Amino acid sequence: MSIDARFCLQRGEFHLDVDVTLPGEGVTAVFGASGAGKSTLLRCVAGLERAAQGVLSVNGEVWQREGLFLPVHRRPLGVVFQESSLFPHLTGAGNLRFGLQRTPIGERCVDWDEVVQLLGIAPLLPRYPDSLSGGERQRIALARALLASPQLLLLDEPLAALDEARKAEILPFLERLRTRFAMPMLYVTHSMREVARLADYLVLLEGGRVRAQGPVQEMLSRLDLSLAAADDAGVVIDAVVAEHDAQWHLSRLSFPGGSLWVSRCAEPPGERLRCRVLARDVSLTRERNEQSSIVNLVAAEVVELAPAASPAHVMVRLDAQGTPLLARITRQSQARIAVQPGECFWLQIKSVALLR
Amino acid sequence: MLSPDDLTALCVTLKLAAVSTVLLIVLATPLAWWLSQTRARGRVLVEAVVTLPLVLPPTVLGFYLLLLLGPKGPVGAVLEDIGIGHLAFSFSGLVVGSMIYSLPFVVQPLQNAFAATGTRLLEVAATLRASPLDRFLTVALPLARRGYFTAAVLAFAHTLGEFGVIIMLGGNIPGETRVASIAIYNHVEALDYGSAHALALTLVVFSLVLLTLVYALNRRGQSVGVPR
Repeated sequence: MSIDARFCLQRGEFHLDVDVTLPGEGVTAVFGASGAGKSTLLRCVAGLERAAQGVLSVNGEVWQREGLFLPVHRRPLGVVFQESSLFPHLTGAGNLRFGLQRTPIGERCVDWDEVVQLLGIAPLLPRYPDSLSGGERQRIALARALLASPQLLLLDEPLAALDEARKAEILPFLERLRTRFAMPMLYVTHSMREVARLADYLVLLEGGRVRAQGPVQEMLSRLDLSLAAADDAGVVIDAVVAEHDAQWHLSRLSFPGGSLWVSRCAEPPGERLRCRVLARDVSLTRERNEQSSIVNLVAAEVVELAPAASPAHVMVRLDAQGTPLLARITRQSQARIAVQPGECFWLQIKSVALLR
Repeated sequence: MLSPDDLTALCVTLKLAAVSTVLLIVLATPLAWWLSQTRARGRVLVEAVVTLPLVLPPTVLGFYLLLLLGPKGPVGAVLEDIGIGHLAFSFSGLVVGSMIYSLPFVVQPLQNAFAATGTRLLEVAATLRASPLDRFLTVALPLARRGYFTAAVLAFAHTLGEFGVIIMLGGNIPGETRVASIAIYNHVEALDYGSAHALALTLVVFSLVLLTLVYALNRRGQSVGVPR
């Protein structure tokens, strides 16, 4: 099961030249700076760029190749655009019905009541888009796309036009979609936070070309990509809730390379949780220091070093029994405690962000 | 007050306005749609031609239509041959003339309305499995309904006041081509100011009522929040 896409498109000065094979399930983030060609790639996949030369097959079905171009309305996909694109002459319910009614009954695999409940939009259905907030409109747009029973969901910066509060309101819904529906999603974004939270796979675009691609855990720990130069560079760790500590209001998350204590979470033991550890929150010590206020200590081996964005710092990539971790330390510390590939250190992790 | 002849002229006027408006709305839709969507180079020329009736004296328009639609004209002769008959001095001829005369008043509001909708919503409709015709009927048309309203009112009102084209196309046959504006002209020529007054005032009052109604409806549409 995979999505094979190869596109060439010339648009004035801009040239898109992409050849990727993406997983046919889960969330694939298409990440890059403005003008990298993220949205154009998405439009090519949707069939909205007729000028694009290319080949596209989605889980075995050919949508485009030499001599064949399936028009947009014949592609079983759903698209959610950045700004709300609800039909203003239809109510919320009318918008939802638009795609549903045009989906042959035999192909319908998404239940109206379930979507309405999942996205919490029941009270919005009788209202016109005019009277809805940005976040409410995006929820309706998501539901509308889902109800057309797409085999591929394309999201073009669906949160970019919303303020922080609205983003926080929509993200949990996107996560629920991810767990509930099996359809693959292509998620265009320039927000590392959204990538860390939602993505399983990451495609990094630069200047219309694919710079790198791979599972998100691996991609975020690579030092040769621009991702590591960002101030909020860091890794994501998929962990399992191991236990709760009622006395200290903590929960222990375990992952192959060790475990992390975090503020007590709601998930029961055994539940999977993703967390993010930023490189700037990780420090290295030779000795296991029990006298520190930092509770999270993980043993790891240095794999490689690379220059950081500032000349005062250096990025260190470490391996904790298969789990990659990043640390950003000063050059001075690196020289003082001799941080070199092959050496083992204790990682003191000052903060862990729970993503789900 | 109004003589039976004047009443007949009024009826012809209303009938002419109604028939031309309906036909024009239907026929101008594809043209306006094409103009709003295309990036073809010929578009500017088409736009200029469509706007031409706005700047030409109606007599010029009527003169060429007479040549074109008359028994010896290229269109008129063909119509004669196939047994329909030429269009000069006939109600059908006036309908054709009115449609050309009012063309810009219909095409421009429609074109603007289609352009204002933009491409995004049509793209969205396509991703929701709507075919091109389906997208036009269920998205583009309903969103352009204000444009249609404006176009219909302008075409109707504009045709009510038509004079030059009609007089050139031979519009003085009672019950067939004599419209109110011609009848008023006849009364003035005959120095029958009383009859001219009655008919003229009728047109003024009718037009005023029509336009007031239109503005009132438009305003109500906005205040109850009917989506644009």
